[in-house]
Amino acid sequence: MAGTAVLGRLTWLAAEIVGSVDETARVRTLLLEADGWEGHRAGQHLDVRLTADDGYQAERSYSIASAPGEQLTITVEQLPNGEVSPWLVEVAGDGDRFELRGPIGGYFVWEDDGRPVLLIGGGSGVVPLMSMIRSASGSARMRLLYSSRTLDDVIYREELMERDGNGVEVVYTLTRAQPPGWTGYSRRIDIDLLRQVAWPASDQPHVFICGSTRFVDAAADGLVALGYPPRSIRTERFGATG
Amino acid sequence: MTDSGRTYEMRLDGNALGGMLFELFGLELTAATEVCGTCGAADLVARLEVYAHAPGMVGRCPHCHAVMLRIVRGPDRTWLDMSGVASIELPATL
Repeated sequence: MAGTAVLGRLTWLAAEIVGSVDETARVRTLLLEADGWEGHRAGQHLDVRLTADDGYQAERSYSIASAPGEQLTITVEQLPNGEVSPWLVEVAGDGDRFELRGPIGGYFVWEDDGRPVLLIGGGSGVVPLMSMIRSASGSARMRLLYSSRTLDDVIYREELMERDGNGVEVVYTLTRAQPPGWTGYSRRIDIDLLRQVAWPASDQPHVFICGSTRFVDAAADGLVALGYPPRSIRTERFGATG
Repeated sequence: MTDSGRTYEMRLDGNALGGMLFELFGLELTAATEVCGTCGAADLVARLEVYAHAPGMVGRCPHCHAVMLRIVRGPDRTWLDMSGVASIELPATL
């Protein structure tokens, strides 16, 4: 059904890589052009499909990193023994083509209603949160708690430094190693860390948490223990198949 | 809950079913509400516990962990078992 756009159907679109940015040693952002792409909402993802010469196909989901209305970008972490991510991160270049479909998701989506927004990302879980940061108008308070293993693993490092204090506050925790003079947090997210970083539940923030399932559970359980209503917490877990 | 170790690490959530459900039903379903046929809990499709590392995808109730749906795709067909779902409620905007 490729190429036949049917209303209400999710159709595979031909996509072309038109640029890339190496974010870390294992993470790369791809700028994409896709004929028929109709835009997205902050937090949504898309599916990528690669087809081998022998017809074998592999599909994976990737969060959209760009703000709605900007050049479409995804950010991909290379996973060991992956079928799709090693090609996207190490091999693919400008002009290479593959198929994608989307946008997908109606739950892990931020609509600015003026309420504060607490974003909690672990590793490449920051990607859909970055789409929200990039689309913020400044009318809502926004705070990002970003957990990485080391400073070199921080995705969007320069952009986040520039944006910190301009519409978003960024709080880092580096769980594995910290550079000399590090003033951020240095441990996995726990309830004491959340108590210091999160606004009181009475501020009624929207919460978006994205990361591994263990990371998401730790952050969400901690916030619930601090009095956040479970329904105010939206979560997305990514897997170890890439 | 006995879910631990590698199986726990591999667990996803209903967001990961979004593309496949859209493909099958022509609707964005992750924000729809499902009622578990086993325990009766109502929750969003996005909050299902999803295991996608087997040949098929399995969605379990986030409250009682019963299997709610299973999806297996072959080269020329898709097999969908929703016997663990009592009902699905869609927002009017869909």
